[in-house]
Amino acid sequence: MTRLLLLLLALVMAAPLPAQDLLPPAPYAYKQLDDPAQEAKARALMETLRCLKCQSQAISDSDAPMAGDMRHQVRSRIAAGEEPEEIRQWLVERYGDYVSYTPQLRAMTWPLFAAPLVFLGVAALLLRRRFRKTRGAVK
Amino acid sequence: MIAEIGLACLWMAGALALLQLVTGALALTSKGVGLAGIVRPVAVAQGLLCGLAFVCLIALFLRTDLSVKLIATNSHSLKPFIYKLAGTWGNHEGSMLLWVTVMALAGAFIALVERRLRNDTMLATLAGQAFVSIGFYAFLLLSSNPFERLAVPPPEGNGLNPLLQDIGLAFHPPTLYLGYVGLSIAFSFAIGALVTSDVGPAFARAMRPWVLGAWLFLTIGITAGSYWAYYELGWGGWWFWDPVENASLMPWLAATALIHSSSVLATRNALRAWTVMLAVVAFSMSMIGTFLVRSGILTSVHAFAVDPERGSFILALLAIYIGGALVLFAIRARTITEGARFALTSRESALVVNNVMLSAILGIVLLGTLYPLLTEAFGEKVSVGPPYFDPVGAIFFIPMLLVMAVGPLLHWRNDRLGRITGKIAIPALLIGAVLLGLALFAPSLFTPSFKLLPFIGMGLAVGLAVASVMPLIGRNLRRTPLPTWGMVVAHLGIAVSLFGVATDSAFATEKLVASRIGESHTVGPWSITLKNVEPVAGPNWTSLEATMAASYDGGTATTIHPQARNYTSPPTVTSESALLTRWNGQLYAVLGEEADDGRWQLRLWWKPFVPMIWYGGLLIGLGGLLSLIGRVARDMKRSRAEEKIADRRERQGR
Amino acid sequence: MSEAPAPRRAGLWLWVPLAVFAGFFVLVMTGLLAPADREVASAMIGKPLPQFDLRPAVPGRPGVSTAQLADGKPRLLNVFASWCIPCIAEAPQLEALARQGVEIDGIAIRDRTQDVERFLDANGNPYQRIGADDLSQVQMSIGSSGVPETFVIDGKGIIRHQHIGDIRAEDVPKLIEKLREAGQ
Repeated sequence: MTRLLLLLLALVMAAPLPAQDLLPPAPYAYKQLDDPAQEAKARALMETLRCLKCQSQAISDSDAPMAGDMRHQVRSRIAAGEEPEEIRQWLVERYGDYVSYTPQLRAMTWPLFAAPLVFLGVAALLLRRRFRKTRGAVK
Repeated sequence: MIAEIGLACLWMAGALALLQLVTGALALTSKGVGLAGIVRPVAVAQGLLCGLAFVCLIALFLRTDLSVKLIATNSHSLKPFIYKLAGTWGNHEGSMLLWVTVMALAGAFIALVERRLRNDTMLATLAGQAFVSIGFYAFLLLSSNPFERLAVPPPEGNGLNPLLQDIGLAFHPPTLYLGYVGLSIAFSFAIGALVTSDVGPAFARAMRPWVLGAWLFLTIGITAGSYWAYYELGWGGWWFWDPVENASLMPWLAATALIHSSSVLATRNALRAWTVMLAVVAFSMSMIGTFLVRSGILTSVHAFAVDPERGSFILALLAIYIGGALVLFAIRARTITEGARFALTSRESALVVNNVMLSAILGIVLLGTLYPLLTEAFGEKVSVGPPYFDPVGAIFFIPMLLVMAVGPLLHWRNDRLGRITGKIAIPALLIGAVLLGLALFAPSLFTPSFKLLPFIGMGLAVGLAVASVMPLIGRNLRRTPLPTWGMVVAHLGIAVSLFGVATDSAFATEKLVASRIGESHTVGPWSITLKNVEPVAGPNWTSLEATMAASYDGGTATTIHPQARNYTSPPTVTSESALLTRWNGQLYAVLGEEADDGRWQLRLWWKPFVPMIWYGGLLIGLGGLLSLIGRVARDMKRSRAEEKIADRRERQGR
Repeated sequence: MSEAPAPRRAGLWLWVPLAVFAGFFVLVMTGLLAPADREVASAMIGKPLPQFDLRPAVPGRPGVSTAQLADGKPRLLNVFASWCIPCIAEAPQLEALARQGVEIDGIAIRDRTQDVERFLDANGNPYQRIGADDLSQVQMSIGSSGVPETFVIDGKGIIRHQHIGDIRAEDVPKLIEKLREAGQ
């Protein structure tokens, strides 16, 4: 029995396709909201949320059933009046920062936000050094 | 038999690379000068043998020789011919062999053709090229042997990943590899120049055609890859800042900075340290990219050959090559004397800004790509994607574009902005007009949220397009040198691409519907009717094909056929989208699944001006090609003139 | 022409690229030597269960609701599906736990009644209650990202521990330990 299970497991590890469920997709997985403004808000949010079962895709770009369920969550909540950032926070509370492609400013991510400023500073320094040397030397 | 010949050729090529390194290095010393004559022929022989090994691998794939492990795991006898051919490089070992072959052939070509450099610099360059090749030969022969045999050949192969069975993707790897590995020549030139302290216009002139060629192939490769992702993945996205995509972009950014920098060095003898640094960085980025996608340390849709053991091998090579080159740079760059001076307002300084901005973007992309790895080391997972890269990249990209508009109009060495205000006024006014027009007539850009970047992008793109052709105004067009045309076309390509990106982000409309047969739906100005859905079979797939009638603005209908395809070996489902291209955009139609009530899931997009993205990319490549032809023609003319002068001097007995 | 300033300061800048590369090398080494798993852990450990009330997945067992889960006794909450192959592998371990007196409630993700029944007939039924989560809504609200996963819930309805993937024989003692801790 164990051997059969191990064999099954090995097959699963080897097979590229995960087993799929038989239920239809969630109602709002492939259906847009009626209000275009709400749908635009939902779409903008979905493009920044990560599909948890995919290699690296937003839920707006994935056919995985779980991505469909997450789209359903996003659309239903927007239709119910929630703000996109509230929905993002709800998901981050459950899955951590991993689920959001928009990095949240935290102790762990501040270098990402500081980097452009640092690079601008370095760029300014380099350019200043370069032009201070040449100013007055060429007329 | 063929596999054994291929393996033997590979070993011999590896041995010759070792010989090339040893003799090249020794020939630089006073005692070994006599060896100098061997180095070039050895390089040529190495190139030919490696090329022969690659031809053997192609032959094995074309014959579907299942006794070779690589073919058994990656090919299938029923595959169409073109995909059997493309299967040669559609896997880890084959693509590494392609890498090494391009390096060897490029080295052979310089050995045959390049005569302008000082002899010792040339030897150091060939030795450097061999030094880098050896590591990759070792990697291939010891850890990723493409010619490995199976004791018992299987009855049939595993087949090629269906996503790769596509003409665009069949030729995407070779174009990219010609690009990545072409940059290795620049790397070797830089090593040669640093070792012999010969960083000057001659070095830049020798290196420039190679960098232009490599950059040109990278541009085409990235453009093709982006277009492939767009139509194959079924959601209309064309760039996701995915680690593998970034791995191809980073060398391109460095190479773009390098072409500009080496042009300055070649013509104005300035920016010496920058040019050498960029030459080292560009190929380093190629190697880092190769490492990242094969090691499995980053999660990506595209990642292949996930194997930490191979990753460690490549990492060791990286440490030796990049670490070595950077140490050499740090030590020798001091001896690079200051080049010619230039003022704050001059074309050189515009190019310095260009270099700095491109390097900053490169830094941001590298940081963002590696950041998840950094946080994982501390036990946390983060995701960095388009919402980070887009705005932060724009911080540096927008100033760079503004300088790009003005730079080609400035004189070398010293200029006043006042001289060109008349010329800049036109693009500036255009930008203002476009932005104003959008503000008045395109409310969708401002509600529900302000689409700032597409808004700026559209204005900038129009202004840039005009600014990029300004250098041609007032010139005799037939006597304008090709490199100038190249610059104009390439910059115009950037403007065109930017326009496509901005309009698609701003104005694309999407429609998701569950449709019965016979129903009509609208998306943007289109009216689409689902006529029929029926099964269709292909050489190694079966599919459900929809027939849709699409009519633009009430005009005559065109029929399109999106498919949902099932491959058997390996079992995969792909969606073949149907595209209808007009001058002002593309209709993108995808067939989804059938619901229980018999309705079909359809995904429809109207994407205004989206093909501009890739037309722009091709224009950029065309600009590079024009520059390349112009430079090579000029170099050949110059060397012929120099030969004639030398000839005449000989005959006159001087 | 004036002299260029002393190269000493320029010298330090020249080592910056090497320093950056060294940093990259160290970072990547750690990534290679200690490859991070691809699992996404729930961030709800230590937080109370959200309010939910799932309908029964099969006729023979009641559905699952938060009120019942917070009845004072620690238990396991097993997220599974009939179409999930590793769930078959962990069935014996769940049986063993149930025989040891551990209460196990199940949530079936995206499953039809007949498929859940078929699964339970083939692999045994260690569950006291089984809820049907057709839209993965409850799965999302507790931070579970796949099947199978098992959560340790204490008597007050607080999530105390998450086990991702199928339960192997060697994982059973740890789960029992966590249940004991949850009871204190």
